[in-house]
Amino acid sequence: MNIHEYQGKEILRKYGVSVPNGKVAFTVDEAVEAAKELGSSVNVVKAQIHAGGRGKAGGVKVAKNLEEVRTYASEILGKTLVTHQTGPEGKEVKRLLIEEGCDIKKEYYIGLVLDRATSRIVMMASEEGGTEIEEVAEQTPEKIFKEIVDPVVGLQGFQARRLAFNINIPKELVGQAVKFMMGLYTVFVDKDCSIAEINPLVTTGDGRVMALDAKFNFDSNALYRQKDIIEFRDLDEEDQKEIEASKYDLSYISLDGNIGCMVNGAGLAMSTMDIIKHYSGDPANFLDVGGGATAEKVTEAFKIILSDENVKGIFVNIFGGIMKCDIIAEGVVEATKQVGLSLPLVVRLEGTNVELGKKILDESGLNITSADSMADGAEKIVSLVK
Amino acid sequence: MSILINKDTKVIVQGITGATGLFHTQQAIEYGTNIVGGVTPGKGGTEIEGIPVFNTVEDAVKATGANASVVYVPPPFAADAIMEAVDSELDLVICITEGIPVLDMVKVKRYMEGKKTRLVGPNCPGVITPDECKIGIMPGYIHKKGHVGVVSRSGTLTYEAVHQLSTRGIGQSTAVGIGGDPVNGTNFIDVLKEFNEDEDTYAVIMIGEIGGTAEEEAAEWIKANMTKPVVGFIGGQTAPPGKRMGHAGAIISGGKGTAAEKIKTLESCGVKVAETPAVMGETLVASLKENNLLEKCITHKV
Repeated sequence: MNIHEYQGKEILRKYGVSVPNGKVAFTVDEAVEAAKELGSSVNVVKAQIHAGGRGKAGGVKVAKNLEEVRTYASEILGKTLVTHQTGPEGKEVKRLLIEEGCDIKKEYYIGLVLDRATSRIVMMASEEGGTEIEEVAEQTPEKIFKEIVDPVVGLQGFQARRLAFNINIPKELVGQAVKFMMGLYTVFVDKDCSIAEINPLVTTGDGRVMALDAKFNFDSNALYRQKDIIEFRDLDEEDQKEIEASKYDLSYISLDGNIGCMVNGAGLAMSTMDIIKHYSGDPANFLDVGGGATAEKVTEAFKIILSDENVKGIFVNIFGGIMKCDIIAEGVVEATKQVGLSLPLVVRLEGTNVELGKKILDESGLNITSADSMADGAEKIVSLVK
Repeated sequence: MSILINKDTKVIVQGITGATGLFHTQQAIEYGTNIVGGVTPGKGGTEIEGIPVFNTVEDAVKATGANASVVYVPPPFAADAIMEAVDSELDLVICITEGIPVLDMVKVKRYMEGKKTRLVGPNCPGVITPDECKIGIMPGYIHKKGHVGVVSRSGTLTYEAVHQLSTRGIGQSTAVGIGGDPVNGTNFIDVLKEFNEDEDTYAVIMIGEIGGTAEEEAAEWIKANMTKPVVGFIGGQTAPPGKRMGHAGAIISGGKGTAAEKIKTLESCGVKVAETPAVMGETLVASLKENNLLEKCITHKV
């Protein structure tokens, strides 16, 4: 789960990690009011969307007076920002962060992620702040320093210190930088983050070390114990169909194509997309109905697929292990009846109770094309939607 | 022969009284797995399906002499359950549970350092040695005894591969699901090593997916060490970057972990990669022919 920059900074503030003063605004008037309260001579008006690259897309402006705050706020609010992370359709800005400006001396990068190779958290730092870390890794990998953290003792002072010196933080500010890193690590662990990225971390003319941006991503498996993080969820930032799917515990991801897919198991769901593409079709979604699916869940899955206007046909690909084929078949029949399906439907069933499942489909009287294998099913649905 | 489990494996079920645990315990017993006990705290002293239930893993191991455990405990308590099994020095713990917080698994991995237990999973279908022992949630009947090893990050794709083998008369030595989480107990290389040393395994199918670099590391290992043919498949060739494709570990982040990169590395290390999931079986057959192993791998009539 992602959150906004201003929410991330709220969390940092609670953990004593220094960030500039700022306030969230949902309207132009609120933006001006926020700037007044901050009382800073220079303010930054920042679009709040769940995507990077906002600055380049015109979503971040420096305002030198309240008049400019008003101008920029009205310009950015409601604007659709297209960045390299939003996709071509862009994202509409509905929230702003009004933040006091600061006198930046130098920009750095600090990030925490899980290192899959060691199964531990790694803190990365670089003096190439402001640019994307992937770019730095590509061009000047020697400028990225890493500290692997032992989960028993957590990030140690010497590790933070070593990072600070390695990225050439001025020595009079190393103490502050260490405090910053230790705080950020605590946030990561306490809040079950999967990514915590401060880019840039800055040193200022008045001798401070602070986070100018904050990007957090949280482990969805751990949200059950992070009630305050769930509060930060912004449904405007999510796909409507994905929200609906999450209510039924279905794993769904929207894609651009026209063939709806319903599959059990994440690996098979991914490969079903692949094989559709292989036969020159375009999948409309990734959908894993999961292991413990009921007829009701399958019905809901079907409805979600059909709520996508682009869908011109559906491919159901099931290998029943825990999930029995007759349950899937019942769900398909039930859903087809409920929504009055008129689109081509190809069903491939294999596994537990496959004969029973096929019988249910055959006896339903519905227009269902059955397939003998994954490849057969993919070929059939691709030719049916053309 | 086989790897990890066989007819002598004595299994306890952690979370045996839960709906999932109980259902799959019944299925395993039916398959012939030697389930010797179950663990549900507070239900010690009772019996379920004729299986004695214990309060702790320690009690269960003392009373039954179990050497393996399967975990069906819900996500918030699963890490604790794994560590309890590790503490009791079982040889093998297989964790089926999906949805364990990643940081819990980071702790589990640290806890396991220097201990004797092997963990398979979490978020996996389990391990099966056909006709001998089934530990997990896979449909037993699709598996046939034989000489091809299967190792996979995905459950249903494993079934797909096994089905393609069995319907071609090719049986399996052992099929291992290592799970779809970013932090897991056993990786591809661990399983490949076992298959390499198992005299009854003649070839291996390795099924990977997007996210991380486990496949690339395995490819390098295969090139340097593997004496048996390996064919592969990578799921998620069309997955968009930055999206978690169902499995917690199946995500392309920062341009890393793409299917294209994995396929390239595998091929360059001599692993033939099936172009689509529908031809995993065919790809293996071609490789078996090339290595004069096909006849030896045909184990049953179809």
